Amino acid sequence: MTKAITVSGLHKSFGTTHALDGLDLDVEAGEVHGFLGPNGAGKSTTIRVLLGLLRADSGGAQVLGRDPWADAVEVHRRIAYVPGDVTLWRNLSGGEVIDLYGRLRGGLDARRRAELIERFELDPTKKGRTYSKGNRQKVALVAAFASDVDLLILDEPTSGLDPLMEEVFQRCVEEERDRGRTILLSSHILSEVEELCDRVSIIRKGRTVESGSLADLRHLTRTSVTAELAGPPNGLSHLPGVHDLAIQSTERGQGHRVRLQVDTDKLDAVLRSLSESGVRSLTSTPPTLEELFLRHYQDDVREGATAR
Amino acid sequence: MTATATRTDFAVRSGGTRQLAGTTTLLRFALRRDRLMIPVWVGVNALMILSMPNTLENLYGSPADRAELVRDTAANASFRALIGPVFDDSIGALTAWRVGVYAGALAAVVSLLLVVRHTRDEEESGRQELVASGMVGRRASLTAALLTAAVANAVLALLVTVGLAGQGAAGALAFGLGLAGVGMAFATLAAIVAQFTESARLARGLTAGLLGAAFVLRAAGDSASDDGSSALTWVSPLGWLSNLRAFADERWWVLLLFAAAALVQGVVAYELAGRRDVGMSFLPARPGPAFGRLGTAGALAWRLQRGSVLGWSIGFFLAGVVYGGLTDGVADLVGDNENAREVFQRMGGQSGLTDAFLASMVGMMGLIAALYVVGSVLRLHGEETSMRAEPVLANAVGRLRWAAGHLVIAFAGAGLIMLLAGLGFAAGYGKQVGPILGACLVQLPAVWVVGGLAVLLYGVLPRAAMAAWGVAGAVLLIGWVGPALDVPQAVLDLSPFGHLPKLPGGGMEWGTVVVLLGLAVVLTAAGLAGLRRRDMTT
Repeated sequence: MTKAITVSGLHKSFGTTHALDGLDLDVEAGEVHGFLGPNGAGKSTTIRVLLGLLRADSGGAQVLGRDPWADAVEVHRRIAYVPGDVTLWRNLSGGEVIDLYGRLRGGLDARRRAELIERFELDPTKKGRTYSKGNRQKVALVAAFASDVDLLILDEPTSGLDPLMEEVFQRCVEEERDRGRTILLSSHILSEVEELCDRVSIIRKGRTVESGSLADLRHLTRTSVTAELAGPPNGLSHLPGVHDLAIQSTERGQGHRVRLQVDTDKLDAVLRSLSESGVRSLTSTPPTLEELFLRHYQDDVREGATAR
Repeated sequence: MTATATRTDFAVRSGGTRQLAGTTTLLRFALRRDRLMIPVWVGVNALMILSMPNTLENLYGSPADRAELVRDTAANASFRALIGPVFDDSIGALTAWRVGVYAGALAAVVSLLLVVRHTRDEEESGRQELVASGMVGRRASLTAALLTAAVANAVLALLVTVGLAGQGAAGALAFGLGLAGVGMAFATLAAIVAQFTESARLARGLTAGLLGAAFVLRAAGDSASDDGSSALTWVSPLGWLSNLRAFADERWWVLLLFAAAALVQGVVAYELAGRRDVGMSFLPARPGPAFGRLGTAGALAWRLQRGSVLGWSIGFFLAGVVYGGLTDGVADLVGDNENAREVFQRMGGQSGLTDAFLASMVGMMGLIAALYVVGSVLRLHGEETSMRAEPVLANAVGRLRWAAGHLVIAFAGAGLIMLLAGLGFAAGYGKQVGPILGACLVQLPAVWVVGGLAVLLYGVLPRAAMAAWGVAGAVLLIGWVGPALDVPQAVLDLSPFGHLPKLPGGGMEWGTVVVLLGLAVVLTAAGLAGLRRRDMTT
C-alpha cells in the first residue's frame, strides 16, 4: 500500500518552544487516520508543516509523494484543508468562498456541491460575518468534500457542529473513504474517531506516543478487573502489569474484594492467581477509548505535577 | 431580525450607573492598547502646530510683512478656500490660521479612528461579545471609546495651550479647546456612523467622507466670504474652528457649538446603540450570490481591495480638481512674498510661481499616495494574521502568486490614483495637461520605494510589518514640515520624495527616477524572497 503522508523525526521550534520534537506519522492511502493529542501537543503545527505553511527545522515530510514545502502548489492541487477555526471574508458570500476554494484546488463537482449544501442545510447566500461558527465550518467542509482531491486534511472540523450535522459529517467522511480518498482527521471527539478511523496516531509534546489500529491500541492498555474472592488473594501485587491494586475485606471478614487494573496482555496471569483464591464473582471491563486517551493525556498532568 | 427596536422599559430603567459598569476598566484597557497610537498621532499634530510660530517668524518677521499677508489673504478667494480667513496679523493668529484647518482635520481623523476601533471593530471581530458578557454595562463600551478619544483630544489641547501660551494665553487656550472640539465632534459623529455599518472599514470610510464634506463646505464658504460669515462655513465644524478667532479677540461662545454638537451626536449615538443588537447594524449586510465567479487569488485580492481603490480614486481626482482650480489665485498671492515663494520652491517647483504651487501640491498628493500603498501592501499582513490566508494558501496557490495579487493592486493602484489626481489638476486648472500628468507620474518611483519597504518589512519581519505605517508617517512629516523648518539636508534626503525632480517647472532627472525605480524593485524582490522562505504566522 502506498503512503499518503510520511513524516519522520519532524522537529519544529518557535523560539524556545519545541512544538515538534521528533514526530512520526504514517498515513496509508485510502484510510481514515485519526490524529489525536491534548491541546498544544503539536497537531496543528504538524498539519501546517504538511501544508507547507511552516518549514520543518529537521526531519522529513512527504505528502502524496512530494515535499510539501518545495512542491506546495502541486501537492495542494490534490489536497483539501479544513481548519478548526474558519475565518471568512466579511463581504463574500459562503457560495462564493466555496466556488473560490474549489477553483483554487483541482476543481469542484457541481452536483456534489448542491447535494452537500442541502445535506448540511447551509445558506450559501449569507455573507462572512453573519455565519455562526458551525456554519463557517460548513462552508469549509462543503468546499472540501465537493472538491476533486485525493487527500483531505481536517483539523478539528466538527467543533462547532450540532449532533445532527456531526452525523452528516461522519456519513460524508465514509463516502469519501469509499471513493478511495485519504483523510487525516484531527479530533477531540472520541466517538467520532472510534466510528470513523481505521488507524490513529496519538501525539504528546510534539512526539508520537502511539500509532496503530484501535484494536492494537486497546491491546496495549489496561483492563479493569473487580473480583470477590473466597480466600485472601495471594501475591497479586508482585505480578507484572498490575496497577492500582485495592483489597478490602467483605463484611463477614472472610471474603475479599479485589479491584485492580492490569495491562491487557498480562491478564492471563492475574486470572490464574485470582482463581487460586476461589472466585465468587468477577467483572472485567475492557478499556474504553476514553481511558485509552486519558491515559496519554493525563501523563502530561502527572509529569507536570511531579516536575513541580 | 436586525436591530429590532425591542428595548424593554425594564432595561431603560435599570439605572444609569449600571449601564456604565466597567467603563473605567475598558477605558484603561483601550488606553493601554493605544499606548503607541495616541502619543504618536497627537505628537505629530502638536509638532506641526507648535513649529508654526517659528516658521512664520522666519517668513514674515516684520509686522509690515504680516499686515501685507493679511491684506492679500483677505482679498484672495483661493487662499481663503485653501486655508481659511485670517483675522489678525499677530504670530499667534497667523499660526491658528495657517494650521487650524489641517490640525483640526488631523484631530478629527485620529478621533474617528479611535472611536471606530473601540466600537465597530470590536463588534465585527466578535471580541465585543466576550467583553459584553462580563460585568460590563450596555453603554460602557461606547463610553470608553468616546473617553479614549477625549483623552487624546485633551492631551492635544493641553500641549497646544502650553506650547502656544507665549503668543497669548487666552488665544492658546481657545485654539487648543477648538481643536479638541473638532476632534470630539467627529468622535461622536463616528459613534453614530458605527451604528449603521457592520463593517468597521466602511464606518471609517463614511466618517472620513463626512470630514471631507466638512472641509469642502468650509472651503466654499470661506471663498465666498472673507470673514467666515458664510452660512456654509457655519455648518462645518472646521469652520467653527476658524470662527472661534483664536488670538484675535476670541469668540468663546463658539466653543458652545462644539459642546452642543458633541452632546447631540453623543445622545443620538447612545440612543441608536441602545436600539440594536450587539454585532448588528441598521444597514444590515445584504445576502450575496449563491454561486461565485472568483477563481484566482488575483481575483480575490481585487475583490477585497476594489472598494478602497475606488474610494482613493475619487478622493484623489476631487482633490486634484479643487487644488487645480485654486492654482491661479494662490500663485497671485504668494508672488507678493519673497520668503513664501522660497518655501514653495523648496517644497516643489523651481521656476514660476504657478509651477511651484502645482509642484508642491502634486508632491503632497504623492506623499498621501504613500499612505495608500502602505495600506494596500499591508492587506497581505491582515489576511495572514486574520487566518484567512492559511486556507487560501492550502490550495494550489503559491505564496508569490497570492502576494502578487495584492501587490499589483498596491503598485498599479498607486499609479492609477496619481494619474487621476493629475487629470483632476488638469481639469481644475485647465492648462498644462501634459506637464501636470508627468509631474504626478514622476511621484510614483518614490511612492513605490515606500511600498517596497512595506513589502520588505512584511516579508522579512512580519511582526514589525506595521512599522511600514511609521515609514509612511516619517516620509509625510519630512515632506510637510521639513521644508518649512530648516531641517538638515541629510534628514530631508532620507525621504525618497526629496530626490524627485521638481515638476512641473524643473528639469526632468531620469537618473534619479531610474535609481528610485531600481530601489523599489530590489526592496520588493527582497521582501518576496523573505516571504517565500519564512513560516506563515500561526
